[in-house]
Amino acid sequence: MSESARVFVSGNEAVALGVRLARPHVVAAYPITPQTVVVERLSDMVADGSLKTEYLHVESEHSALSACMGASVLGARTFTATSSQGLLYMAECLHYASGGRMPIVMMNANRSLALPWNIYNDQRDSLSLLDSGWLQVYVEDAQEALDMIIQGYAIAENPAVMTPIMVNLDGFVLTHTYELVDVPTAQSVDRFLPPYQTTNKLDLGAPKNMGFTATPADYTEFKYQQHRALLDSARVIEQTDEAYASAFGRSYGGLVQSYQAEDAELILVTLGSVNGTARVVVDGLRAEGRKVGLVRLRFLRPFPARELVALTRHARAVGVLEKNVSMGYEGTVFTHVNSAYSAETSAPHVLNFVAGLGGRDISRQDIISMFDQLASVDPTSERVRFVNLKLQII
Amino acid sequence: MAAALFEGRFALAFPSFGPERRGAPVLGFTRIDDRKITDRSAVRECDYVVVLDETLMNPAIADGLKPGGKVIVNSATPSKYANGGFEVIGLDATGLAAETLGKPITNTAMLGALIAVSSMVRLDSAVRAIEQEMNPKLAQANIQLVKRAFASLQPKP
Repeated sequence: MSESARVFVSGNEAVALGVRLARPHVVAAYPITPQTVVVERLSDMVADGSLKTEYLHVESEHSALSACMGASVLGARTFTATSSQGLLYMAECLHYASGGRMPIVMMNANRSLALPWNIYNDQRDSLSLLDSGWLQVYVEDAQEALDMIIQGYAIAENPAVMTPIMVNLDGFVLTHTYELVDVPTAQSVDRFLPPYQTTNKLDLGAPKNMGFTATPADYTEFKYQQHRALLDSARVIEQTDEAYASAFGRSYGGLVQSYQAEDAELILVTLGSVNGTARVVVDGLRAEGRKVGLVRLRFLRPFPARELVALTRHARAVGVLEKNVSMGYEGTVFTHVNSAYSAETSAPHVLNFVAGLGGRDISRQDIISMFDQLASVDPTSERVRFVNLKLQII
Repeated sequence: MAAALFEGRFALAFPSFGPERRGAPVLGFTRIDDRKITDRSAVRECDYVVVLDETLMNPAIADGLKPGGKVIVNSATPSKYANGGFEVIGLDATGLAAETLGKPITNTAMLGALIAVSSMVRLDSAVRAIEQEMNPKLAQANIQLVKRAFASLQPKP
């Protein structure tokens, strides 16, 4: 265990502190609210000499990720950050980066999508890009944000993975909220995260072709290898979590984190920072003798199907709380959860709670109501439920 | 920050999120506890409402104020709010800030008032937080201001 400094910072600032500790060679950024503070702090650090990096202020998100790709194929450790429309604008590059096996770490501030234009938090931006071949992690608080930036490089750069990772923080609710964060020492992070080494780079001494064309004869094999790498990353994520715990004393459990789930009859599956509010609700309901619990999906890529099924094996009903809906069907996370149960001979009743769209607050009472609905679930009733829907204004 | 860094407790501080410009009415929230705070839902009930600009005073300002809660307002004439159905404590923070900082920036004065009324954190913890957060010249004037505000709300001997 190493000495650390305690600071009172926002989620954005925690990310910037994590990036500085990871010593990237290149930071490329185009500012977009609410991730702006991350790249502002990083530019402050470059200005005051505490971060030695090539800081590129580019003209768009598309260019920010393109610049990271250019640096990454030279063997550089790279970082960028984005949010919402900015993430969508770089969608084309997301596939390039993952297909090129470039271990870029990117922070995304989860924020809603236009129209109607809305700057507030939900998770529709990153969830719409689950198919882009990136690892996706969703953190609960500022401490986990800092820790996952550092772990993110260790996971992405692992030779068995070589895949970019998106570290998702709920916009405003996490990015702009101030809280206590332990900042590990640079020496201890240097021991945990050695410099990036790869043979998968442009090198005049060992020329190779990168970013090339594949034909129908071999494209499938490239995609299969990417698929395998994302599946295999599950083991690397767990090992990295264990190594981080022994170095810094904090473990998050790998792909999923559960709370009071072992004997729970009713379980809420969550994503991101709302899990913190749900913990308080579970404590309250447990004190009343109700057997309720939580399973937080930390990673959606790779998807923790096996872990989810194991943790909810004894539950009578499972609710999926997500700040998202795939319009015309149901919540995307809900679809994933149901897919996990489809391989099982028996499954709990499932409900989908669509909440927090466009930044609408999710209160403790809302979460109590979700557990109440799970307690009285009727398999014939509507499974996809919009929380606090104001039918009177529609 | 004072509670979290200098008193071994935990705090969660967040603004009401949205577009920002200087001078626009804004809301900010702070939770303080002895345990780690994980609840990120909006604050609906509170112990204290601190009003930095008295033009924002209206009957709804005390919505969600717990029984026994207090409204602390930046006002030279707080007695005019006496019959609003909630307890009001006033401090002429604008005047104090103008004298001490030379500018009507009332944040640290109202922090001193809140500490005097609530004992939520110790005055010296607030002083240390200001020392850590501001550049030395600004910090000095603001420390003087927080102390003057605190002293002016102490019971008269």
